[in-house]
Amino acid sequence: MVQAAVQSANSVDQSDDRPWVGRSIERVEDAALLSGGGRFIDDLGVAPGTLHATILRSPHAHADILSIDVEAAKRLAGVAAVLTGEDVKAVTTTLVVGVKAPVECWPIAMDRVRYVGEPVAVVVATDRARAEDAAELINVEYRPRGAVVDPLSALVSGVPVLHDGFPGNLASERAFRYGDPEKAFAEAPHRFSIDIRYPRNSCTPIETYGVVASHDAGEDAYEVLANFQGPFSIHTVIARALKVPGNRLRLRTPPDSGGSFGVKQGVFPYIVLIAAAARVTGKPVKWIEDRLEHLTASVSATNRATTLSAAVAADGKILALDWDQVEDCGAHLRAPEPATLYRMHGNMTGAYDVRHVKIRNRVVVTNKTPTGLNRGFGGPQVYFALERLVQRIAISLGLDPLDVITRNLIDAGTFPYRTATGALLDSGNYQEAVARAVAQGRLAELKARRDEARAQGRLYGIGFTAVVEPSVSNMGYITTVLTAAERRKAGPKNGAQATATVGLDPVGSVTVHVASVPQGQGHRTVLSQVVADVFGLQPKDIRVNTEIDTAKDAWSIASGNYASRFAAAVAGTAKLAAERVAGRLARIAASQLNVEAADIVFAKGFVASKHNPENRIAFSRVAALSHWSPGSLPDDAGQTIRETVFWTPPELTPPDEDDRINSSLCHGFIFDFCGVEIDRTTLETRIDRYVTMHDCGTILHPGMVNGQIRGGFAQALGAALYEEYAYAEDGSFLTGTLADYLLPTTTEVPEPEIFHMETPSPFTPLGAKGVGEGNCMSTPVCLANAVADALGVADITLPLVPARLAELVRGDEPPPPAGGATTAPVREGDRRLRGEGQASVKGAPEQVWAMLLDPATLQSVIPGCQRVDKITDTHFGADVTLGIGPVSGRYRADVELFDLDPPRAVTLRGGATGALGFGNAEGRITLAPDGNGGTKLAYSYDAAIGGKVASIGGRLLDGATRVIIGQFFTALARKAGGGGAAGGGFSLFALLAKVASLFGGRR
Amino acid sequence: MKPPAFDYLRAESIGDVLDGLAQQGGDARVLAGGQSLMAMLNMRLAKPKLLIDIMRLEELRKIQRKGDTVIIGAGVRQADLLAWPDLVDALPLVALALPWVGHMQTRSRGTICGSLAHADPSAEMPLTLVALGGEVLLRNAKRRRRVAAKDFFAGMMLTARSDDELIEGISLPVIKGSRAAFREVARRHGDFAIVACAAMKTSTGVRLAVGGVADVPTARDWPRLEGSALDDALNAFAYELGARDDVHATARYRRDLVRMIGRDLIGEVLQ
Amino acid sequence: MTRLKADARHSVRFSLNGKLVEGEAEPRMLLSDFLRHQLGATGTHVGCEHGVCGACTIIVDGMLTRSCLTLAAQVEGCELRTVEGLAPSADRLGVLQQAFRRNHALQCGFCTAGILMSLDHYLAGNPTPTEAEIRDLLSGHICRCTGYTPIIQAALEAAAELASSKKETSDA
Repeated sequence: MVQAAVQSANSVDQSDDRPWVGRSIERVEDAALLSGGGRFIDDLGVAPGTLHATILRSPHAHADILSIDVEAAKRLAGVAAVLTGEDVKAVTTTLVVGVKAPVECWPIAMDRVRYVGEPVAVVVATDRARAEDAAELINVEYRPRGAVVDPLSALVSGVPVLHDGFPGNLASERAFRYGDPEKAFAEAPHRFSIDIRYPRNSCTPIETYGVVASHDAGEDAYEVLANFQGPFSIHTVIARALKVPGNRLRLRTPPDSGGSFGVKQGVFPYIVLIAAAARVTGKPVKWIEDRLEHLTASVSATNRATTLSAAVAADGKILALDWDQVEDCGAHLRAPEPATLYRMHGNMTGAYDVRHVKIRNRVVVTNKTPTGLNRGFGGPQVYFALERLVQRIAISLGLDPLDVITRNLIDAGTFPYRTATGALLDSGNYQEAVARAVAQGRLAELKARRDEARAQGRLYGIGFTAVVEPSVSNMGYITTVLTAAERRKAGPKNGAQATATVGLDPVGSVTVHVASVPQGQGHRTVLSQVVADVFGLQPKDIRVNTEIDTAKDAWSIASGNYASRFAAAVAGTAKLAAERVAGRLARIAASQLNVEAADIVFAKGFVASKHNPENRIAFSRVAALSHWSPGSLPDDAGQTIRETVFWTPPELTPPDEDDRINSSLCHGFIFDFCGVEIDRTTLETRIDRYVTMHDCGTILHPGMVNGQIRGGFAQALGAALYEEYAYAEDGSFLTGTLADYLLPTTTEVPEPEIFHMETPSPFTPLGAKGVGEGNCMSTPVCLANAVADALGVADITLPLVPARLAELVRGDEPPPPAGGATTAPVREGDRRLRGEGQASVKGAPEQVWAMLLDPATLQSVIPGCQRVDKITDTHFGADVTLGIGPVSGRYRADVELFDLDPPRAVTLRGGATGALGFGNAEGRITLAPDGNGGTKLAYSYDAAIGGKVASIGGRLLDGATRVIIGQFFTALARKAGGGGAAGGGFSLFALLAKVASLFGGRR
Repeated sequence: MKPPAFDYLRAESIGDVLDGLAQQGGDARVLAGGQSLMAMLNMRLAKPKLLIDIMRLEELRKIQRKGDTVIIGAGVRQADLLAWPDLVDALPLVALALPWVGHMQTRSRGTICGSLAHADPSAEMPLTLVALGGEVLLRNAKRRRRVAAKDFFAGMMLTARSDDELIEGISLPVIKGSRAAFREVARRHGDFAIVACAAMKTSTGVRLAVGGVADVPTARDWPRLEGSALDDALNAFAYELGARDDVHATARYRRDLVRMIGRDLIGEVLQ
Repeated sequence: MTRLKADARHSVRFSLNGKLVEGEAEPRMLLSDFLRHQLGATGTHVGCEHGVCGACTIIVDGMLTRSCLTLAAQVEGCELRTVEGLAPSADRLGVLQQAFRRNHALQCGFCTAGILMSLDHYLAGNPTPTEAEIRDLLSGHICRCTGYTPIIQAALEAAAELASSKKETSDA
């Protein structure tokens, strides 16, 4: 028989007495997911009459909204409502901002847009396609402002300011000092520094955001289903924004969620927005984010500019660190930011024993998508600087990078170890982990491969990284952004409440509920193992529910799926809850079996006497007793129907008066090394071998731990080699499709060699630590170190785009052959399109001049022009429908002429807008007689194109510009008397309007 | 990301297609594999009033070898051609280039002619057509015409096809004893080419065709060149293509690849 | 010739996993949406709607097909296979599905349906694939959870198992 019967998750090993925890049993989640039976948010039905929303988003990085005309959209059949900022403001209030400053943070633009993709209007209609039809009919008038996209440039005086409440775009600045860094730097023989720019990227789950919201006007209560991941501290933010107490916001999550990696925390502003739409329409409203929206405007990790300096002894020992971090949180400081910057605060010395630390933290706002949770959360940014610096120290001192790492590692005998900045590292043996990795991962062999490759003239390098991976965040770490005085005033915040409920039903079967909101990690399986062990049952006997319903379930602000808290905190709490029930069951069984409770053991479905295993009673019988015969329970037993445990580790204290903060409960250790080869022709980086050693404490499910490591590794590889949310200097977003934001696929991701060591955490019930985020912290910098080693270069920027590496290693380019250079438009680094050219036109300059100023002529030579309106002699408007190939769109263009010097020269300035984007440009045209009765026309231009077309068609923008120029010139020359169309041509109308009609996409 | 509204015409004859094109002109689009067009519709970049589905027309789904030419119909999917038993023998360059087109999941639906109609300057099929010097077979309600590859591609996403014309197929020459080489550099496997090069030995020397750099795939014929003469020719060609920067590569990087890969491929086909 | 008008709903009929199904769709309705929201076959997921992520991959008339790049109207009269048709019965998984479960080749499971359909289609015609061939095939899919290698392992194991069981059948 080809197909075998479905095996229950644990039918193997039934006779085995080993605990279930620690085994790679098959997942209970999988049968449904593999058969199309998953229940993701968009798989679930909705109430009859549910409306569908789409969101009109800003094409501009920074602009004032002068007006929004929604009338045509509202008139379209099927449209129930169109909400603008004002409508949302009428029923909500601003989202709270994480620093003390007079700024607001709305889920939709009020009178100004601050990033490409910021919501401007919400259209609610009977179906999504109609809502999108209507959105195209909304006419928004913008007045563009200058944009800032670079975190350091944002701080320069005189640049555009995003929020008046953040003067100079600075949202927060704090300085910290631990030990005596000044003295250490003064006395150290060496000082090394590194400047790094960590790029923007995101773990981009394949399932996008989804929200279904309804409003009960009678009780003024909201009910929301969203694939939100937590932390549920955000529930308070949402309720406050919706102006209801927490008990009137029922927030539920669907049974399955298609990946999150932090990203789905960022759905919360849309919960407010869609809930507002539900309130306004009086109907349930559903919104499923599409991929273009997700890439452009969901959320991003922070990009960061860091200067890190180290005081170093001659042997490579790091004596002090001096951090200067400028964190770019995008256009709004959305909760819980600036948490990305402070999540690592206790861990700024990494895996190293460094007692003197100085930190300057600045948080800036720029015209980019607001940031939020993302796998690794602050770790990649910190370790990229720290571990690049360690390599630099080694190179500068002529030492082996691995020797510098091992010289600085925290000593195994010192755990729990308090770092200079306040983290209490729970356990570990870093030296042993490194030694095992070097041996098991065959470092010597890798070095031999490098030597051999180099001897053959190949580009081969080795990189190393040592990383401490924090997990189970202290809910109080973010208050480190406040001064001690501000914290005293606000009251202490700390802890990390985890929640688990174990229930026994009237037939004695076991149900577990946790507020962990998994997004694919298999929590249900692991919890069934944990609880089965406590009760002496099999995992299949335990049913686990991980959906959350804030109206009915036990939860707290720390609930959710983030900071790698499941194994360490949630699974441990489930164990505690089960043990509490088991303790009572033991007392009941003891009375029935006439033994002491201490003699009771749970095994193989029975509750039995340890000394006399034949003296036993079926688990289900004892378990059901509370339901059927509470009167027969011993007096001290209490009920065994349901037990909820809240657990928070005492180690997670608030920041102290000196700003020391134990920012996380657990600290795993990772040591990675890798060999890479770089192709001399293409400069593509190929990973030859990647070794990753993990100590994440007790391993609950080896298959899932390795799954987390592989998944994190693949995302980190993406961050290192491919992925960047790229912005132009004008704030245009350039990577709006999955053909531009490049995720690694099977042909790019090798299998890492994974090794483990288990040093249990003394602080968690199961000894487990988090493991999900470590490679996102270690792998990008490990690969960068290897590439730096291969190329022998000092500065490496991620992602490792081959063309960027070419700039680092290739010398001067062969010059073009004499006289052969072309005059293609040059795209500057700022992405403005600049160009110049000339052409011959039959007809005298006076004739050409008249044509340029004549609406009728213009109308006839601009392709697709329906109408030219002469507003004044030197000011024109035009309606054009333009297309290149199948791409077409309607545009409104507006052009003014300046500096007229008839018939010799004129400057044109103007812009065009349409559904696909906008353009603005300035150009100068000069006309001169060619001596044969014709005209020599010369032009130069400078144009910028933005909006949808720049996000999804950037690859083709410049080429299309040339197409348009050519088309216009052909028509102009023909009109002017049949001149040849040689060379180039120029029309601002055409350029402005038509260039905005490009496309992107993929075969 | 839902398409705008359009009429859908399931053509049952070529006459249906030509009538539809004649009536609707530029507002009609032919739907063949749809692997580019549908993405553009979902993004609302394209807004045709009418889609004409030609994939039920058996007469367009033929691959015919006639003497020293191969005729490939408009309905022939990329996977169909890859599976054609004569492919390696008759069209070795196509056999090399086709696996680079998208992914197996898109080649199974995407058509050869659809890719040509789309005229993306980075796509492999337009490059191959130009490298081989093939012809595009166009037809409207009144007449048929053939357009040489080099005249067909008029610019980025622009072709010599008139709004009322259907690409009925293409004609590719079978070049006896020709040695061909193809190489492509993209960020990831299956992505649009940053640079794609095709080289062929010709009766007088060698031909190199380059995609991904200029607005249209561009071919250049040289006599047998060697050493610095070849380097100079490649350098001049690299500059003439007018490479530009984008988020995936710089103009300089593209020129480097043209020079280096061009030299490698020419070496391969001439050895 | 059939011309379906833009703003009307038209009947669409086809075979889905061996059963005749029927629904109504405007010409612009994507096949992915039709399957999911008209027919309730929600196992096929939508991840990008521009043909890159592969989550919506199904089989139409024996061809791997991105259902987000296909109109419902295009598959009139066709034979479609989706993830819902993979298991031999409601309480049993097929060989490929079991291999995925055994190898932890899925985490969130959102992209999995498309990957399963590509593999199911490919293994039927290529019973002894190499790792490189599987990697090439699956480069048309994006998975953000697994790092891919367990998927490739599962595919190779399933191929071996299918090949050996076929051999046993023919030997018998």
